[in-house]
Amino acid sequence: MIPGSFDYHRPRTLEEAVSLLASLGEESRVVAGGHSLIPMMKLRMALPEHLVDLQDVAELKGIRIDGSQITIGAMTTQAEMIASAELARLCPILRETALQIADPQIRSLGTVGGNVANGDPGNDLPGLMQALDARYLLRGPGGERELPARAFYEGPFTTALDPGEVLAAVRIAAPAAGHGWAYEKQKRKIGDYATAAAAVLLELEGGTCRKASIALTNVGDTPLLAEAAGRALVGTAVDAAAVKAAAEAAKAIAAPAEDGRGPRAFRVHLTDVMVTRAVEKARSRAS
Amino acid sequence: MSKMHVKMTVNGRAVEALAEPRTLLIHFLREELALTGPHIGCDTSHCGACTVDLDGKSVKSCTVFVAQANGAEVTTIEGLAAADGSLHPLQEAFREHHGLQCGFCTPGMITRAYRLLQENPNPSEAEIRFGISGNLCRCTGYQNIVKAIQAAAQQMAVATTAPGEAAE
Amino acid sequence: MTVQTPVSLEERKDKLQGLGCSRKRVEDARFTQGKGHYVDDIKLPGMLFGDFVRSPIGHGRIKSINKEAALAVPGVKAVLTADDLRPLGLHWMPTLAGDVQAVLADEKVLFQNQEVAFVVAEDRYAAADAVELVEVDYEELPPLVDPHRSMDPDAPILREDIKDKTEGAHGPRRHPNHIFTWEVGDKAATEQALAAAAVVVEEQITYQRVHPCPLETCGCVASMDKINGKLTIWGTFQAPHAVRTVASLITNIPEHNIRIISPDIGGGFGNKVGVYPGYICSAVASIVLGVPVKWIEDRMENLSTTAFARDYHMTGRIAATPEGRITGLWCHVLADHGAFDACADPTKFPAGFFNICTGSYDVPVAYVSVDGVYTNKAPGGVAYRCSFRVTEASYFIERMIDVLARKLDRDPAEIRMINFIRKEQFPYQSALGWEYDSGDYHTALAKALKSVDYDGLRARQKASREAFKRGETRKLMGVGVAFFTEIVGAGPVKNCDILGLGMFDSCEIRIHPTGSAIARLGTISQGQGHATTFAQILASEIGIPAADITLEEGDTDTAPYGLGTYGSRSTPVAGAATAMAGRKIRAKAQMIAAYLLEVHEGDLEWEVDRFQVKGNPERFKTMKELAFAAYNQAIPGLEPGLEAVSYYDPPNMTYPFGAYLCVVQIDVDTGVTEIERFYALDDCGTRINPMIIEGQVHGGLTEALAIAMGQEISYDADGNVHGGSLMDFFLPTAVETPAWETDWTETPSPHHPIGAKGVGESPNVGGVSAFSNAVNDAFAHLGLTHTQMPHDHWRVWQTAQRLGVTG
Repeated sequence: MIPGSFDYHRPRTLEEAVSLLASLGEESRVVAGGHSLIPMMKLRMALPEHLVDLQDVAELKGIRIDGSQITIGAMTTQAEMIASAELARLCPILRETALQIADPQIRSLGTVGGNVANGDPGNDLPGLMQALDARYLLRGPGGERELPARAFYEGPFTTALDPGEVLAAVRIAAPAAGHGWAYEKQKRKIGDYATAAAAVLLELEGGTCRKASIALTNVGDTPLLAEAAGRALVGTAVDAAAVKAAAEAAKAIAAPAEDGRGPRAFRVHLTDVMVTRAVEKARSRAS
Repeated sequence: MSKMHVKMTVNGRAVEALAEPRTLLIHFLREELALTGPHIGCDTSHCGACTVDLDGKSVKSCTVFVAQANGAEVTTIEGLAAADGSLHPLQEAFREHHGLQCGFCTPGMITRAYRLLQENPNPSEAEIRFGISGNLCRCTGYQNIVKAIQAAAQQMAVATTAPGEAAE
Repeated sequence: MTVQTPVSLEERKDKLQGLGCSRKRVEDARFTQGKGHYVDDIKLPGMLFGDFVRSPIGHGRIKSINKEAALAVPGVKAVLTADDLRPLGLHWMPTLAGDVQAVLADEKVLFQNQEVAFVVAEDRYAAADAVELVEVDYEELPPLVDPHRSMDPDAPILREDIKDKTEGAHGPRRHPNHIFTWEVGDKAATEQALAAAAVVVEEQITYQRVHPCPLETCGCVASMDKINGKLTIWGTFQAPHAVRTVASLITNIPEHNIRIISPDIGGGFGNKVGVYPGYICSAVASIVLGVPVKWIEDRMENLSTTAFARDYHMTGRIAATPEGRITGLWCHVLADHGAFDACADPTKFPAGFFNICTGSYDVPVAYVSVDGVYTNKAPGGVAYRCSFRVTEASYFIERMIDVLARKLDRDPAEIRMINFIRKEQFPYQSALGWEYDSGDYHTALAKALKSVDYDGLRARQKASREAFKRGETRKLMGVGVAFFTEIVGAGPVKNCDILGLGMFDSCEIRIHPTGSAIARLGTISQGQGHATTFAQILASEIGIPAADITLEEGDTDTAPYGLGTYGSRSTPVAGAATAMAGRKIRAKAQMIAAYLLEVHEGDLEWEVDRFQVKGNPERFKTMKELAFAAYNQAIPGLEPGLEAVSYYDPPNMTYPFGAYLCVVQIDVDTGVTEIERFYALDDCGTRINPMIIEGQVHGGLTEALAIAMGQEISYDADGNVHGGSLMDFFLPTAVETPAWETDWTETPSPHHPIGAKGVGESPNVGGVSAFSNAVNDAFAHLGLTHTQMPHDHWRVWQTAQRLGVTG
């Protein structure tokens, strides 16, 4: 498995990266950790003529916390996200999810930006970002814009990212203190994509759910925000009936492909189980 | 497409070469530098046989272009022994605890375990299993690999209490 | 400084590190330092790289191949197709099973990823670029993927090259897609037993198509030296001598001008027994271009083209008394061999030793028939970490015994105890023609049951099932009992050969004057640690410390002829040859000792490392002293030197056995099976190196786990292969793999010189049944008798759903 040829560019600033992409045109691609793109290139399913490597762009790196506002630079690796004590404190679901991505070596190069930007429905972070209502900071030749994760994914490997645009950072408003969270993922083995997975965030007040969001991974062409499922919890005590209603609502939007992970019916069923377990775990963690 | 000038430090030695940017780091190490310790087992970044240390991180060198590694510091299995030739405690422990059979996964496995112990010098069995879950072994069933890493961790803990030993 | 001679007998024994010692491996120093030498590490001046153009479709006719664009890629030296190989007569090659296989697709493609053209270029990047540019125009034909349909009257004919042949390598063919029918046993008596039986159970049991998937893929470097006419091939060969002979027969290069070298091999497990198109194409390219040519498969090529295993579709019937005593066993197998019959079985056994399927039980009558058929799938049918088709046989009988236990509502351990061959029945003649050498099955299973507190497990299972009924848990506990008898060490030349090559093995020993030695064998280690263990056998035989014995394998120019390493044959056959060669050394040493000590040979006795005068142990000569004398002292009537060679033709196979117990917890909502406990008791006869035995068991169990719980190479209706990468083909990581418990009994083989039986494959043979029995057992109280492997999440969930226990 040998990739095709390309010319390599390593800009030092985001501005330089964006202008390179503009001048190199459509056959150019950015590479971050490379763990989605390089396998595709080795299969010759991707044949970019130019690779623009973002590793030296300092402004894309690092995690910044400003009160309850979290900004994660696109080139932050999954391992760095896992290692961040601040993130673990403010928004622990990030760590819980990242630990379930691939394996240690891949997490040491794989980036947050790469995981959310390439539009692979199997990636774990996009669904999570939808549950968190994260916003993506995009930088293009025309300047900067922000787009909610919930409006970003259009189809398999198709996103709202315009040609020439770079995803620069992910912005998250930290969930309220005392919130409950869980990322439940079933996979065949370490290194696999989810057979089904669910991200759940909820907040309780006096035992009643005042806010909930649920998103699903790898059970559709894109990550799926299960809005009705979240709504089914709000205003309830997150009792058995509410959990069941939420799971049913999530299941209703699941449209997984049939593959080696199982037939569609199994993966739809598993969506229900993952949502149920994630909600129960999130509730148990909420205060 | 043209070749590029690549410079890096491999096992403490500065190297430079002309290479196509698309050259995979594993091929560069094995074919250009004759460091045939790391192997290719799967081509799809699942098996970890190609694991090397890149700027202090464990990476799968079959999924890194040499262009990306330009300017980096790389350590392979060949670089783990001390300058005087004495083996790294992991290398000793893998032999002592029968942590290898065909030997094909071993360089990647030890290189990964090396980084794991840098990150977590006293891992539990579960942490070791999770820590090496990016490395496949078809021969040992992992049990003796886990044992070897535990033994090396203990050995290294004893060694680091020796005076003059700087922690990385 | 003189070395102090150890005084006590024990110290002298310990110094040898002979049989029974957990000697550390001598191989490890190079592997732990990255200094192993595998085939892809070879770099020769001027070496080129070969890469294949492969068929994107499962069945079709090649209309045209256009090489022009590929040849225009800088660095590309040649593009070979069947038309280029035809003048050399190398466009087809014989398989080990008496069939022929296209080296490069000849007019037709018969499976997806079949080799169509071979590109040779200066480096692998240029070769890969050119592969993309070879234009092949295909006419698609309907693919045949279901073996049950292979012999339908209207099935598409796959092998047009042999469509009119009514006789195959193994007898008559009754359909163009039929390969052979193989029958063993007494059909009439078995049918009568079934008709007369109070109890009959029947089950359809499929053992899915899997792949050995060693971590190193297959590959070679072929180098033709045009000056001296010698072809050297380094490659991933589990049987280097057999490869040399086959290469000589098909290329007409005399055998002395072919040198086959197996360097370090990164695991084999049966994958590296066969001869593959890549080897032939590399050799041809090297002969044509006059420079070395390397070919290394990538993982997808490996999984989808070289050497699948299993794919046995078995129907079984057991006749029994109401008490559970078996009175007859009937079995039919539909064997899917893919597009070419490339199984690596001994010639007289087209279904391998599947007729070991009466297992560990005293079955009075039995009958087996096997139909081999072609489909549009990759060829292979290798013994994946087992002796030829023994895993299939063992899985079959171990599932059938459980099915019988269910039917009679009896405990599966108890049914096994009732039917075991008794210790005093050995050597035991099985109804299907084997002579089991030794065994003590009751003791082994009793020890296993006691070790795991079997009664306690069953009590816990009962409580757990009640808790499940009350809704307190969503997990079902399963206890898998499996017992196995392997048949390994092929084998006696009178009935075991591959392509006419007798399955003996060999060892050649040369003792150096100062008392160290080199031994060369016809086998080749792929991780088994031969350099460590064979030296131990020899140390015990000739009294030279294992550390002073170099062991060499894998180079046909230096090693004695042997059939290689697979089917757990190294210890039973080459290990025996080693002991026998050692005994020849000792016999000559005894003559020398008699001369030096001026006594009659018969007055000497061997003790650990020396010959001593009987009754006067103060008078002795050590082997070290005798070696020196052998070379340097003129001894009347004796030639100088101390060397021996043994070619060992085993009188019988060996029959390792074992008792395995597996406890699982199945989450019925997710289909996830947790392995709570796995206990493996192995009896491999005399134990050479307990550390290595334990390591082999750990590894074999992990492969069994992979097969039982997830591995599958499948084909869709269009002939597309699935499971062809490590994303989908299940190789467990350290996280999915449980901690293993090992145990043993020791029942030596009566016919093996040191009583050893072989162990490397036992855990795979016994393990698969134990996992599968445990999963089936978890659902047994709900009425399940059998559910197919692999027991991956979705299949287990489907079973739970079918039985009405999912939410």
